[in-house]
Amino acid sequence: MNPMPYGLIAEFDSPAAVLRAAEKVRDAGFRRWDVFSPFPVHGLDKVMGFKNSLVGWFALVFGGGAFIGSMLMIWFMNDFDYPIMVGGKPMFSAPQALVPSYILLVLASAVGAFVGMVALNRFPRLYHPLFKNSRFAMVSRDKFFLVIETSDPKFSETETRALLESAGSTHLELAVE
Amino acid sequence: MADSATPLESLVPPAELRRGLQVPAHRSLGWLTDHLTAMPEGKTPLWWWVLFIPAAFCAAVVLPTMLVYLISTGVGVWGNNVPVAWGWDIINFVWWVGVAHAGTLISAMLFLTRQHWRTAIGRAAEAMTVFAVMCAGLYPAIHVGRVWFAWYLFPIPLTTGMWPQFRSPLMWDVFAVNTYLVVSSLFWYMGLIPDLALLRDRAQTRVRKFLYGLFALGWTGSARQWHNYEKAYLVLSGLATLLVFTVSSIVGMDFATAQLAGWHETIFPFYFVAGAVFCGFGMVLVLLIPLRKWCHLEDIITMRHIDRVCKMTLMMSCIMGYIYLMEYFIAWYSGSPYDSWVFGHRLFGRYYWFGGWIMLLVNGLMPQLFWLKKVRQNLVLIFVIAVLINIGMWFERFTIIVGSLYQDFLPSNWHPYYPTWVDACTFLGTLGVFFTMYLLFVRFLPMIAVSEVKAITPHADPHHPLGGAKGAKP
Repeated sequence: MNPMPYGLIAEFDSPAAVLRAAEKVRDAGFRRWDVFSPFPVHGLDKVMGFKNSLVGWFALVFGGGAFIGSMLMIWFMNDFDYPIMVGGKPMFSAPQALVPSYILLVLASAVGAFVGMVALNRFPRLYHPLFKNSRFAMVSRDKFFLVIETSDPKFSETETRALLESAGSTHLELAVE
Repeated sequence: MADSATPLESLVPPAELRRGLQVPAHRSLGWLTDHLTAMPEGKTPLWWWVLFIPAAFCAAVVLPTMLVYLISTGVGVWGNNVPVAWGWDIINFVWWVGVAHAGTLISAMLFLTRQHWRTAIGRAAEAMTVFAVMCAGLYPAIHVGRVWFAWYLFPIPLTTGMWPQFRSPLMWDVFAVNTYLVVSSLFWYMGLIPDLALLRDRAQTRVRKFLYGLFALGWTGSARQWHNYEKAYLVLSGLATLLVFTVSSIVGMDFATAQLAGWHETIFPFYFVAGAVFCGFGMVLVLLIPLRKWCHLEDIITMRHIDRVCKMTLMMSCIMGYIYLMEYFIAWYSGSPYDSWVFGHRLFGRYYWFGGWIMLLVNGLMPQLFWLKKVRQNLVLIFVIAVLINIGMWFERFTIIVGSLYQDFLPSNWHPYYPTWVDACTFLGTLGVFFTMYLLFVRFLPMIAVSEVKAITPHADPHHPLGGAKGAKP
């Protein structure tokens, strides 16, 4: 049985080349495609039309929740459930409860940002069809790849290949699942 | 693989726009990749073993022995006494937390301010942070006396119905230090993910491929992944920046909320932050100057980087000098006899008079040598100064803690303080832990953030001729 094709991998030598190719692919109306690079390519977010990443919201929700939760926790522990007089200080006062709550805000926001990144990128995903392609290993070194998946409604092996060739790809290959 | 060097002469901008290169821009992306992964992929060099074996001995034999002795016998094995209830334990705790701070400042604050030169040293500094915080966190845990009750510090529901009381800065400290450890580890690990993927892609053995692949979480370098990653990195660096200011502030508040003369000062939170960053820059220089030579990274961590770290150190030294003088001034100006007594004895006391002089001369005055460009270019001299800064900052904490405690309000209470061999060996053990972990990091992980360094070269800029921009030929 032949393995299922995954997509067409186009290799590029420079960030500018892959950026230009991405513009062409976008204008051609493809939906299921992505660009792979050893570092974030400046301007690619705009070309690919990414909205603001949701990671920031993860951080806000985690952090905000932790702050409110921590203020309530301190009030509950030191004023409600187990009030004990120490140094004549008030049982609960916002300025002193603020410090540990703020620390927990930072902790939870950081965890939230990390969890957000992991969740939005669908990590950990230790297998990817592209890992089978031997040339793709160069993506973390100095090559840039644009991959159009075969599941894209506009995908056609000949036409897509011609488009990517005209976009200046130095090497084209069909990757399999 | 075209790894040839491309001359940049043809691209030189007009003089008024010319800026120094952040990294050796004439190096291709492939060259940078090969060069920066050489250490984790190559053979273990001899110097590594020479350093690793004694460090690992201290970490694996000396420290556990001291901990077992301490916990089985009691805090009396240390030199702590009444009134000097805090000795080397808290001195070393504050010292290690301080060492950590420069790493976060370099990796997070300089990232937010878009200082591209930080990419070359950020990873190494961040690793320093993580390992130093681990060493720092050990001390408060073991100094409590009955270590097996240390978990009372955490808000865990108990059958006794007791809760920790959050009105003490010592309690805040528990949260601050643990948060610092978690956040800096996350920040460090997240920065590593693209480089772990790089090592996975280059791995020659199955074991390496599996392990690096496991921790790379399946990173492919897709634009969507970078998009979320960059946002998360930005958020994390913003949060880590907050910690630069709060962790040592809270450590400072441990002291400032006490009534003791020499501690009871409003300047303490800021004082401890400045001292921490200053000491940390010293440690960055101590680590990087030998490593850049031994790992052949002179092209990446250039003299410009060293020069900038020296300038940062100089700035922090000036702040420290200002704070020291302000402390003496306020001790006189406040008219408090206790304050005048403590600060007078810092310079002319019976026991610890050397501490005040070390603070002024080593921490305040000596780094002023960095005003001279000749000094900032002399690696041996920088290294010596950096080591002295670390020692000087250790003595600063000694002076603040022991120098203020040993003569408290009641003369019949006064007692000098002498550390014991257990104090010294425990400190040696934590140094061993730090250097063991650092050496393992240097050996098995990329010490330089490869993807970040590549990202700031002209080859990575799609609007630069070297990045393939149209209309210009490299």
